Amino acid sequence: MSRPVIEPVEINPARVRRNGALYVFEHQVRVMRNYRSSIIATAIGTPFIYLFAFGIGIGTLVSANAGLVDGVSYLTFVAPALIVMSVVGIAAMEFTYPILLGFKWNPFFIAMNAAPLSGRQIIDGTVLFVVLRMAIPSVAYFVVMTLFGAVPSPLGAGVILTSILAGLALGTPIMAYSASITEDKGQFAVIGRVVVLPLTLFSGTMFPLDQLPFFLQWIGWISPVWHGTELGRQFAYGATEPIWLTVIHVVYLVALAVAGWRLAVRIATKRLDT
Amino acid sequence: MTVIAASELVKRYGDFAAVDGISFEVAPGESFGLLGPNGAGKSTTMRMVGAVSTRTSGSLTVLGLDPDDYGPEIRSRLGVVPQQDNLDNELRVRENLLTYGRYFGLPRRLVAERADELLQFAQLADRASAKVDELSGGMKRRLTIARALINDPRILLLDEPTTGLDPQARHILWDRLFRLKEQGTTLVLTTHYMDEAEQLCDRLIVVDKGRIMAEGAPAALIKQYSTREVLEVRFGSDQNAGAAGKLDGVGERLEVLPDRVLVYADDGEKALVEVTRRGLQPLTSLVRRSSLEDVFLRLTGRSLIE
Repeated sequence: MSRPVIEPVEINPARVRRNGALYVFEHQVRVMRNYRSSIIATAIGTPFIYLFAFGIGIGTLVSANAGLVDGVSYLTFVAPALIVMSVVGIAAMEFTYPILLGFKWNPFFIAMNAAPLSGRQIIDGTVLFVVLRMAIPSVAYFVVMTLFGAVPSPLGAGVILTSILAGLALGTPIMAYSASITEDKGQFAVIGRVVVLPLTLFSGTMFPLDQLPFFLQWIGWISPVWHGTELGRQFAYGATEPIWLTVIHVVYLVALAVAGWRLAVRIATKRLDT
Repeated sequence: MTVIAASELVKRYGDFAAVDGISFEVAPGESFGLLGPNGAGKSTTMRMVGAVSTRTSGSLTVLGLDPDDYGPEIRSRLGVVPQQDNLDNELRVRENLLTYGRYFGLPRRLVAERADELLQFAQLADRASAKVDELSGGMKRRLTIARALINDPRILLLDEPTTGLDPQARHILWDRLFRLKEQGTTLVLTTHYMDEAEQLCDRLIVVDKGRIMAEGAPAALIKQYSTREVLEVRFGSDQNAGAAGKLDGVGERLEVLPDRVLVYADDGEKALVEVTRRGLQPLTSLVRRSSLEDVFLRLTGRSLIE
């Protein structure tokens, strides 16, 4: 059999320069389809389990003893934190192993780069994909929160955006790090346990930040989880803090997300040029 | 008219020059080879031509464009078969072609049609929905070549296309590459197999330690640097050097290797008669035609595969 005659098509590099990140996104979505049932099951199951355990279980105990927290029921208080914790967990996962995977274990980043795609497009497309990956559980969480009656404010859907923003703020610096290493000697497990977990627990999530001893409160201030959670609370049950603090949350989260993203582009571009 | 023009091409990593001033040109439709041992700088050269590795110095144009400024433009018209297969193991065979075709901005419908045609070409049509991990080494290689053809490239770059394959898989692959060559695809390939270079390359450069040792058509190089035939005689590990001492004047040139002595002569049988006439009794003897291996040995004093 001879090689099929292929119609000459117009290869259009300008289109690739414009849309390259979308092609990377498309690739990753196709891979994700293999895991869709587990992703959907986890996205829907997780909020039920957590809201029931923390909101109803611990919430009943808290309400009986302390009454309202931050002016609302414990369920309402904790729900914006749970959604951020869930989304940040996805970010910490998607921005670690899959990055090293693409450079090394299953080097599709190298293949993309040998085709016309640039390091910037590969990183941009990956970030876009992780946004989708975070949006799935985030939307599911919001729906379940609403079912539990944990979202009194009409602006409540804002928690979807703020949780994704928090995921990016924590995730893109981790992505930059993942793009820089050549071997996983357990660093990713360390990131999960020593960075993500404490940032999650000491970030005004299960209890207000001012309940922590003063010398530990700085953890909240540097933590995207705290900024994201507090921002989400403003949407979920109304403004409970001065506007300047809300602005700080937004600026801090955006700054971190953009800085990590840009660093990742730089590292990936350099790494691909060998 | 050339599709690749490299002049004094250099790539340094710190103090080490992986490519140390290489110049060559490739004409459209030509099948051009880089022959040399591992570490000669072949793959580095290929990555520079493939517009993924920035050169340290020298000039380079691919399809008339400078890779420093027009990387995506060049890469969108190349097909690349890397030394290490980098198929996506999380996707199935046909899906690998579908996603790769999209990297070039080609419409989905067109990519799907081509994927099916190329699976036929690569003799993988019945494996379209298999997992990549289930394929043999030769099949993976063919899939990588099919993938590289999805954009109908002007130049196909093949880095060690058959390394690690068994002889049968190599012959299937050579057959496919030969068809592409017949259809006028420009092929640039690196190899450390002389038989591969002889079969597939119209013209090649012999590369060692980042420099070009010789350039020409395989037959011309053999003619220039070797005799028509070679007599290989073995006297046993400890005896080769001693025996060689008595072979002065037999053939045009001698090459003493640890395991055998090579006698370069236009008539190998005649040389063998002379060897036995001098009272030497080789354990084994073999007369063969000269190959690029002999050219390399002559130029560098070393074998291609070490």
